[in-house]
Amino acid sequence: MKVVGKALPKVDAVAKVTGRAVYADDMLLPRTLHCKILRSPHPHARILSIDTSAARRIPGVLAVITGADLPIKFGILPVTQDERALEHQKVRYVGDPIAAVAATEEEIAAAACDAISVEYEVLESVMSIDAALEPAKDERIQEYGGPNNVHKFVALEFGDVDGGFERAKTTREDVFFFQGNTHLPMEQHSAVATYVDGKVTLWSSTQVVHYVHRALAKVLELPMHRIRVIGAAHGGGFGGKTDPFAHEIIVCKLAMLTGRPVKCTLTREEVFYAHRGRHPVLMWVRSGVDGEGRITAMHFRSALDGGAYGSYGVASTFYTGALQTVTYDIPAYRFEGCRVFTNKPPCGPKRGHGTPQPRFALELHLEKIAHDIGLDPVELKRRNFVQPNTRTVNWLRITSCGLEECTRKVIDASRFHERRRGGGHGMGFAISSYLSGAGTAIYWNDMPHSEVQIKVDRGGVTAFCGAMDIGQGSDSVLATIVAEELGLQPSDVRLVTADTDTTPIDLGSYSSRVTFMAGNAALEAARKMRAMLVEAVEAGGHRYDDVTFEEASVLAEARFGTLTSAGSYTPPRIAGPYKGSGVGPSPAYSYSACVVDLDADARTGLIKVNKVWIAHDVGRAINPLLVEGQVEGSVYMGLGEALMEEQAFRKGLHKWPSMLEYKSPTFLDMPEVETFIVETIDPEGPYGAKEAGQGPLLPVPPALCSAVYDALGVWIDEIPVTPEKVIEALRRKDKGEPARYGPPRFPAIPYPPTIKVEPPPKNLDGHVADQEGTR
Amino acid sequence: MRGEIARDVERIVLVLDVNAERRELLVPVHKTLLEVVREDMQLTGTKHGCELGECGTCTVLVDGKPQLSCLLLPIQLQGRSITTIEGMATGSELHPLQTAFGELGAAQCGYCTPGILLAAKALLDDNPKPSRDEIREALAGNLCRCTGYVKILDAIQLAAERSA
Repeated sequence: MKVVGKALPKVDAVAKVTGRAVYADDMLLPRTLHCKILRSPHPHARILSIDTSAARRIPGVLAVITGADLPIKFGILPVTQDERALEHQKVRYVGDPIAAVAATEEEIAAAACDAISVEYEVLESVMSIDAALEPAKDERIQEYGGPNNVHKFVALEFGDVDGGFERAKTTREDVFFFQGNTHLPMEQHSAVATYVDGKVTLWSSTQVVHYVHRALAKVLELPMHRIRVIGAAHGGGFGGKTDPFAHEIIVCKLAMLTGRPVKCTLTREEVFYAHRGRHPVLMWVRSGVDGEGRITAMHFRSALDGGAYGSYGVASTFYTGALQTVTYDIPAYRFEGCRVFTNKPPCGPKRGHGTPQPRFALELHLEKIAHDIGLDPVELKRRNFVQPNTRTVNWLRITSCGLEECTRKVIDASRFHERRRGGGHGMGFAISSYLSGAGTAIYWNDMPHSEVQIKVDRGGVTAFCGAMDIGQGSDSVLATIVAEELGLQPSDVRLVTADTDTTPIDLGSYSSRVTFMAGNAALEAARKMRAMLVEAVEAGGHRYDDVTFEEASVLAEARFGTLTSAGSYTPPRIAGPYKGSGVGPSPAYSYSACVVDLDADARTGLIKVNKVWIAHDVGRAINPLLVEGQVEGSVYMGLGEALMEEQAFRKGLHKWPSMLEYKSPTFLDMPEVETFIVETIDPEGPYGAKEAGQGPLLPVPPALCSAVYDALGVWIDEIPVTPEKVIEALRRKDKGEPARYGPPRFPAIPYPPTIKVEPPPKNLDGHVADQEGTR
Repeated sequence: MRGEIARDVERIVLVLDVNAERRELLVPVHKTLLEVVREDMQLTGTKHGCELGECGTCTVLVDGKPQLSCLLLPIQLQGRSITTIEGMATGSELHPLQTAFGELGAAQCGYCTPGILLAAKALLDDNPKPSRDEIREALAGNLCRCTGYVKILDAIQLAAERSA
């Protein structure tokens, strides 16, 4: 291949290194009004009255709106349409939007927000999983769900779990806690709207132009063709810009009222309230293994602290139980999950969506079992690895799988088994897997998940796709695939992306779906275009490779007229035959293995990570430079979560809504990373490619905790691993108590009876593109 | 007082040398250099991440030294020379740091990139052959959430080697 597999610069590299990329806040449209949002100072309160009269009198204020102006509820999932752009009845977290102002200056808008009087009846707030499981003192946070402040229960059972535990030679139970954390994109969310000739246009920093488009149509009560959503250059998402947001709807409404462009850029503090980040998850896991260390059964329970609204929470809950089986062959599996509402900013999807927490628990749990039975943890995990071309007990279809090769790479390179122990030095190992795109759309439909059009005109080629480049390089992937098929360089391909007026649908940059799905759509469109070009060239008695692209395109346009082609991608229907089976299936899974090397100081509890080795099965690296970038960025973010990042609250307030106090790793904290790209050439990925952006985060926190145990002989069963926790665990060890810091117990949760599901035949029998599953 | 806004803000005539161009502006005394650069001069290549001096995103060079533009007021800057990302290339020719960042994929979302490029330029102007640890030290005030810093370090080293 000529360009696939080459470490070429990104197609937008020059725009980004020269400051020319236009992010939403860089849009300076004439007569733009500035919008500020008044937010709740209370975690839980009824709104008795809102008086905006003083704000309206301030010179320079052109519009003030409240919830009465935008009463229709929205939400990313069809089953939880529970948000309003502005709340006029009840607020559910500190930062919940109440009113919005459009003014000629940002300072005037802020002063007008200050001038709005709101009368509240303060309600008892619910700030923990335990409190949410109790009866509400005043009233429940949401009207749906229950009992108490429970949002969602899941209870599923695959295979003979009780029989599996009876067969086990050793069983073990553990409790883990993964603290919530937030995306902290460098770019604050920003949106600009215009209203011209009865038509709304929104430029936004979003990962999901299509879902924002749908939410706007619903709340603004406009047909979709009168709304245009354009993804501006994107300053970092990580899942944090994957919901439709209040400010996006508000600027559209204010533009409709004032007839002028309206911009809203969140302050950094507001970004912490917008959140949708990693759920805090409490987990309990019990597993049985036979005499050889092979898993006979597993029972996994999770409790998610969801914050005040649904967001992606139903999916997040399923995800805490879905992918355990995709790395380890678990013959019998019971999963009970529960998400609760609390008076905090809503949690949602962050890099790895709902799976880093159970991965952390699962990897450490298996480490502990290995220690119990005197087996090397790497060996125990290996003995349980899934095999390619199999189905898991919960009906997930595994095709390509590079788990064994990833493990070999990092174990060999790090000399894991010859490591120096003692003196506070330790190494830890963990593995993981992630989706290459969710196999089902967020709203039920039979249409493709990604579509690409190509236009060729006298030497030029343009690809149109709704895909949103959020920095991961999806534009470069599209250009590379089109260029490969047509015999060009990526820089020869013009791109029009993420614009609902001009590009066909792509569902967005989430669930690591773009390379696989938009990539396959681009491949189909490009091959159709190539076929036309080849036909025209051969009709003229030449070979395609002997003429220039310009000559070929002129011959083809003369023969066929306007040259366009289209391709689309619909994932195979492979979900299992049970309710909830839509969360977990993916056309392909990536695999990662990781070793962390660190020094831990028993005196201070401080941890210094020296080096991380990571191998990632990406199927095929369409651009190895971008794959490495995704892997290194994932390692970084995993280390931040493992060591310092916390979205924590005190008395209803965010403890540290600033970049100084919310600790994230700097240049000085980041160790060297050695990355190995493993290629398994997936049978359904474009050129065999799978995902790279999320999976490599997952093994980092458990590998770090395993290395801390290796170094100091204490288990830190709770993320983040702060120095206080290390010191406390060492103190307990010295006193002869269990050498562990972590949650003492898992609460009694009234899970409903499990739904028993018959497992599928394990072998795929080579039918990798099997389409027979039901939803 | 609640809801009150000062209507008659004091303004000064600010004379700056921006990217080697003389600029004269009438600006409110409380407006930060970040706002002046982005809003009054429309040089939107300079980004912002916190507007509190915590993230390094808004870094510009003042007389060649990296400074956080969100913490600077016009009165401090009279007659000074400012370099923003728009002034880093020479005509259409990219600065070696910009070339290296592009080649090695050191810019992912690109939002922290202008600030990091300028901080790196100041470092190389001062210390043309920095060690990896010296680069880490010089850039410790600039946060990036995409790259894990690895490719940024590689790109700065590559640019330094090429310039040697």
